[in-house]
Amino acid sequence: MTAIATRPVVQAHDVHKSFGAVEVLKGIDLTVQRGEVVCLLGASGSGKSTFLRCINHLETVDRGFILVDGQLVGSDLVRGHLREARPSVVAERKSRIGMVFQQFNLFGHMTVLQNVILAPMRVKKESRAHAVERGIALLERVGLGGKKDSYPGHLSGGQQQRVAIARALAMEPTLMLFDEPTSALDPELVGEVLDVMRDLAASGMTMVVVTHEMGFARQVASTAIFLSEGRIIEQGPPEQVIDAPSHERTRSFLAKVL
Amino acid sequence: MKVSSDDRSHDRIDLADLVDIADHEPVRRHTAGRAVSGAAILVLAAFAVAVLVTNPRFDWPTVGRYLFDVGVLKGIVVTLELTLYAMVVGILFGIVLALLRGSGNPLSRWAAAVYIWFFRGTPLLVQVLFWGFAASLFPRIGPGIPGGPFLFSWDTNTLIPIFAAAVLGLGLNEAAYVAEIVRGGLLSVPLGQSEAADALGLGRLRTLRFVVLPQAMRTIIPPIGNQFISMLKMTSVVLVIGVADLLDSVTEIYSRNYRQIPLLIVASIWYLVMTTLLTLAQARLEKRLGRSLRSRGTR
Repeated sequence: MTAIATRPVVQAHDVHKSFGAVEVLKGIDLTVQRGEVVCLLGASGSGKSTFLRCINHLETVDRGFILVDGQLVGSDLVRGHLREARPSVVAERKSRIGMVFQQFNLFGHMTVLQNVILAPMRVKKESRAHAVERGIALLERVGLGGKKDSYPGHLSGGQQQRVAIARALAMEPTLMLFDEPTSALDPELVGEVLDVMRDLAASGMTMVVVTHEMGFARQVASTAIFLSEGRIIEQGPPEQVIDAPSHERTRSFLAKVL
Repeated sequence: MKVSSDDRSHDRIDLADLVDIADHEPVRRHTAGRAVSGAAILVLAAFAVAVLVTNPRFDWPTVGRYLFDVGVLKGIVVTLELTLYAMVVGILFGIVLALLRGSGNPLSRWAAAVYIWFFRGTPLLVQVLFWGFAASLFPRIGPGIPGGPFLFSWDTNTLIPIFAAAVLGLGLNEAAYVAEIVRGGLLSVPLGQSEAADALGLGRLRTLRFVVLPQAMRTIIPPIGNQFISMLKMTSVVLVIGVADLLDSVTEIYSRNYRQIPLLIVASIWYLVMTTLLTLAQARLEKRLGRSLRSRGTR
């Protein structure tokens, strides 16, 4: 391995986050190595989505730090002090972290292809021709080459989510975050999205996935993490966390979802 | 409920009796109320027409004579220009105000709120009069210290001619209303849209320009159309500061010939023609917007 490959993609240290009086994260420590797929499991309200949103600075942390590829997303370390980074710098750092949302959040006024090429053209300043060429290749990769001129409203949920994945990949991210990517889908559409994610994991993409799909976690995750009430209470290879949990709360949660 | 011989609510129908019925539309019920109100409206309409025809003081020949008078036609042009310029000022400044109101800076939010409070809370007529008499408040305008000397300055009446004063008066008032419309439009775009744009690294300005504003337009454009129509009529208040608009042109004529009523009818006819055309244009625009909404809307 080269020197770059040994630097973890995500390093979280003692991450705390409250919404008003409710403390949602109570000290999360986590390291994600390059090429790893980490699945965050836990009941709703356990803080897993909030932690994911903290990684790409959609939420700010109250205490602790999250380094992505060796950088704080929202601030800089200047002579031993933290200083809020310039908005353009924050935006540039976010652009290297792909995010896939539960509700897809495709831009409804744009075609599928326009959704995919918007950020490459406006943020990375790629030429239209280049962005379109890569965009079409990405859409073909998620099996939607033929839908490039459709509007999101005309696609099924599964298709919309695959477009959302292609849109995130268009920025060539070093890390992909998935926030319950299949929870809003009809059961028969879940498989096509998980297939795309499986291919992505096999290609070596570093991924952090919040999910309730235990089959996917067992098969694809290199590490499964179980959160409860804002803390990591169990962490390890999926066969250990999912199939032989040591903690009582993990067991009772798994008994409900499996 | 009143129970009468007509009350069949407890009768049960045999399905077999239904299947052979040829006309599936039930015969409409005609109520006495409909006939009475219809007759009343017809009588009133006939009266109205009769009054218009028989009262010679409406003076229709004079209406006809001045309908295409050069002064009146010039006034129409001024009214249309005022409407257009005031709306441009109102929309541009209104967007700025809406962004200030949604800003993260509390001082910006407060400043925008105070502006909207002031301009919506005082009558348009008073505001236009203020602009018309701006010269008596600030005889000269230029950079300097309040209360102190000017670096250099212009005569207010030269810098802001009366037409510009009218445009500013109408436009700055309009901005307060447009700001609320735009703010509503921005709020109508789901938060997930700006989150997705933010996560892609678009940043605030590009998120607004490429993602939020285009989608907010669907909500913003129909009420802006209404504002255009009411602005067309509101421009008539500039009469008080002596701008030669449509209403001013007819008052100018009747101050010479004392035929107020027929000339006010002339003005009304033209206002109606213009608002009708604008209403038709707005209906077409909304139809087009509605179509793109159906074909593009996300589920």
